[in-house]
Amino acid sequence: MSGALVPIQSCTVDMIRIKCPYCGERDHSEFTYGGDASIKYPALDAPESEWTKAIFFRENIRGMQKETWHHTNGCRLWLEVERSTITHEIKNVKACHPQIEKITKSKS
Amino acid sequence: MTSIRKEKYGKINRDKVLGFTWDNKEYFGYEGDSLASALLANNINIVGRSFKYHRPRGVMSCGIEESGALVTIGSGSKIDPNVRATTQELYSGLNAKGQNAFPSVNFDFGGVNNYLSRFFAAGFYYKTFMGLPPFEWGKGTGIWMVFEKIIRKAAGMGKASREPDPDSYEHANDFCDVLVVGSGPAGIAAAQEVANKKLEVILIEQDSLLGGNSLSKKDFDATLLHNQLKSSGVRFMSRTTVFGVYDNTVVGALERVTDHIHNPDVKLPRQRFWTIRAKHIILASGALERHVAFNNNDVPGTMTVNASRQYLNRYGVLTGNNIVISTNNDSVYHTAVELHAAGSKVTILDSRENINFDLPKEINLHLNTLPFSINGRKKIDSIDVCKTKDLSKKNTIICDQVLISGGWSPIVNLISHRGIKPVWNQENFCFTPGDIKENISVVGSAKGIWNEGNCVESGLIGANEAMNTLGIHKKEISFPSPGGWSNPIEPLFEVKSNKFPSKSFVDFQHDVTAEDVRLAHREGFISVEHLKRYTTLGMANDQGKMGNIIGLSLMAEQLDKTIPEVGTTVFRPPYTPVPIGALTGRNVGKHFRPLRVTPMHQWNIDHGAIMIEVGLYQRPWYYPKKNETLSDSYIRETTIVRKTVGICDVTSLGKIAIQGPDATELVNRIYTNPFAKLPIGKARYGIMLRDDGIVMDDGTSWRLGENEYFMTTSTAAAAKVMSWLEELLQTRWTDLKVNVTSVSEQWAGAAIAGPKSRDVLNECVLDPSEITKENLPFMGVLQTKLKDGTPCRVVRISFSGELAYEMYIESDYAHGMMDILWESAQKYDGCLYGLEALGALRVEKGHVTAAELDGRVTIDDAGLGKMASTKKSYIGSAMRKRGVLSADDREMLVGFFPISEKETFNAGTIVCEKNNIQGQGIGRITSVTHSPELGHWIGIGFVKGGLEKWKEITLIGADPVRNKQMEIKIVSPHMIDPEGKRMYA
Repeated sequence: MSGALVPIQSCTVDMIRIKCPYCGERDHSEFTYGGDASIKYPALDAPESEWTKAIFFRENIRGMQKETWHHTNGCRLWLEVERSTITHEIKNVKACHPQIEKITKSKS
Repeated sequence: MTSIRKEKYGKINRDKVLGFTWDNKEYFGYEGDSLASALLANNINIVGRSFKYHRPRGVMSCGIEESGALVTIGSGSKIDPNVRATTQELYSGLNAKGQNAFPSVNFDFGGVNNYLSRFFAAGFYYKTFMGLPPFEWGKGTGIWMVFEKIIRKAAGMGKASREPDPDSYEHANDFCDVLVVGSGPAGIAAAQEVANKKLEVILIEQDSLLGGNSLSKKDFDATLLHNQLKSSGVRFMSRTTVFGVYDNTVVGALERVTDHIHNPDVKLPRQRFWTIRAKHIILASGALERHVAFNNNDVPGTMTVNASRQYLNRYGVLTGNNIVISTNNDSVYHTAVELHAAGSKVTILDSRENINFDLPKEINLHLNTLPFSINGRKKIDSIDVCKTKDLSKKNTIICDQVLISGGWSPIVNLISHRGIKPVWNQENFCFTPGDIKENISVVGSAKGIWNEGNCVESGLIGANEAMNTLGIHKKEISFPSPGGWSNPIEPLFEVKSNKFPSKSFVDFQHDVTAEDVRLAHREGFISVEHLKRYTTLGMANDQGKMGNIIGLSLMAEQLDKTIPEVGTTVFRPPYTPVPIGALTGRNVGKHFRPLRVTPMHQWNIDHGAIMIEVGLYQRPWYYPKKNETLSDSYIRETTIVRKTVGICDVTSLGKIAIQGPDATELVNRIYTNPFAKLPIGKARYGIMLRDDGIVMDDGTSWRLGENEYFMTTSTAAAAKVMSWLEELLQTRWTDLKVNVTSVSEQWAGAAIAGPKSRDVLNECVLDPSEITKENLPFMGVLQTKLKDGTPCRVVRISFSGELAYEMYIESDYAHGMMDILWESAQKYDGCLYGLEALGALRVEKGHVTAAELDGRVTIDDAGLGKMASTKKSYIGSAMRKRGVLSADDREMLVGFFPISEKETFNAGTIVCEKNNIQGQGIGRITSVTHSPELGHWIGIGFVKGGLEKWKEITLIGADPVRNKQMEIKIVSPHMIDPEGKRMYA
């Protein structure tokens, strides 16, 4: 393990619970927020304009939003989490990697 | 008020006498007493002084809503201010004092504020910001600075200790199917019903005894309930307060483990901070009795009606001899009868026209009657009462206690934490919880249900909802409707007084009067959120539990609106105060954050290292000889490395194993420089960019085999780079067949640097012929064995600019490796060197670290532009070419020399032009050191336009923080051996 990203333990009540498809339901403090999961990153040789769009332009969604979370202090999977920005309700969690998603899905 | 202990009343243990001190005098109480009940039993009626006016205050309630009896407990570092005497359990040796008073709560010089009160109306504090009228009015104030200190001293609460908290606190976690908050009739019914279905239930009660408001009943047996609950399989936690309800039915709770024990076991924490994850929550948090605003409604001896009943039936204390009860609802009549039966003279003032109750004929019932004004200052002498229709016609009733009930407010705080706004219930004149869409049920009087039978029923329905959530069955039952009194409540929030200044308190906690609310309205603070902040209504310990609704009703009246139209402020966690110590838990002192040590940590210490914290890591800082200072030591170490050889622990670097058929492709995509043709057995220095073209990290990757690489990262970015590679492989490049594993902890590393390093290594490995210039050229990688046979990896790589190597070995063998290396190095007059010398060596060479690569720097800024391939695409290759990142005036890496060789400078110094020393200048110095080789201080950093623009020009290093300024010049960052002759030797 190269160590936790968050060295200081959280001093507050952990609020969001995320169902990791590999580890089960865990507190969100085990995870690190990644970013917008709906972004399709362009090819490395794509022009600057495409990259600018992918990196800097974001929807400010009120409602369900797809986002990536990293199970940093767990199985290290990158997850796609559907979360409501209004209520924090989490609808769906799956592994970002399609093959890992297949394996975890068949297991559950 | 004359309060006395009554025989045959209460649930206290009269066999166990407890001695305690109040304001340095000794008193006695019984086991089962609260501090408040013990004080009342000793007929101590003045227990506090109010926040602003220093008015004498007595015990006003019997629970967490208390805002009169706030006291300080303990002394020295264990002092605990603002404790509610009503919830503090009595223990033998308890030491309590009155607060916010001098010399004592009984006689307080601050009481003079009461007579100056016209100057202390709402917002007076803010008004003082505007200056002293008429001289400074509106111009801002100089006198404020004087004022502020006096005000802060006069206004307030208890004083906290300045010493570190000697107590320990713990964090704890739990899970359950159903969590029930509150052990009144509704909560108990719910918990037992769910437990009967073999579900895991946790019941949480803030009190030491179970029962909630049943404890105020004469024949209630808490022990029996305790046993029943235990046998039904409910887990329960007493002395525990759920202070917040969070997402996903998670609650935060505070358990007071030893606050009721004298000299507790040192192994026990004082408090536990619980995070409990439930599948369904049932809130049976109850309701609180309100008071009514009328003149002098705070004289000691005034309390809520139900509190008096609690004192009588739970603690065996009769709180008054000659009691006047003022009410607008039915809830007081049981109490009236019981107080009468206990021997008090009881008079009831009911604001309603008609009620239907059989009362003993000795109880005087005055209908249509309101309390107008209490007479007395430190105790109640009498009360002026008037008729609802005619406030001017007054009658005086002699009494020693006034009990008030202005109705009941359901405790909607916890459900409000979920963003659910309370809804006004016009029939019961209270806020009830709004619609809940989560797995939470509110039951009992927290829902505005007053009738006990209905409370039990609502508890069962809450249990049913929980079972629906858990999929046990599906039944639709609707809750009993709120209310349950036979005579309807009539609104009564304030009895207006014509006296000025009227001391008709809305919020006792912060001395907010009815007149203050009207003043706020006149001055335009009409939104409830503004009203709260301007008058401080609903702030501090009790958070408006007593006064909020009265304040809202008064504002509604001024605005000619209804209470629901005016709305309520938002309740946020915590419900009752949570000590900072409990939030922090065990994360204090050296446990504040995790500690990381390298596998040769002890070896380093045994060899004289002074350690320094770098991130979480403990790293050797310097290895002083006798009497050496830091600077003596690192200068010696640096000199020796340049002259002979030095050994340094570099284990904290991040290490990642990259394996798989597409390993080369991955490495080639993430580094700016070409890696596709890196031969097996060679390493390469590489730069990684972020998507946006800024440098993320630098490090090396060694090709160990066709499909295998060993990557090193900087210490600071180790975790970040690992996560980044995982993100790329799992989210973007899911077709790449490659696996990354962090092996930072598995490999221990040491640098062997200096002209004699090859000789040293030769002695250390099993086969010296391997470590030749030809066999292990610059950037060559070797997997070999130490002379004791331990496998190790050697790379010829240099951070110091000298002929140098890094050796890695499995962590468990780190001590052995260091022994072998050090034994050999000593023969060549070598040294051990620490982070300070490592820094000096790399600054002399102009090598960058996290101090330079701070997330704002491009590869060109760092002077490494030639490492950016033009033939391939890589992460950041498109974005690094954007205009702003290739502008001419970007800050570029340069070296700094002082003009005068004796001058020193610090990292953080701002570089300015000679005639323009201001603002951010033209650059900054990021790293500095004394260079033994050059004989003066040097630095590296960034300057707009770089070396080309400022060559030969004298600039100013401005260091305003340290009040320093010196003349400097810009040089190439590669200050020693720029051609790299030593490194390639």
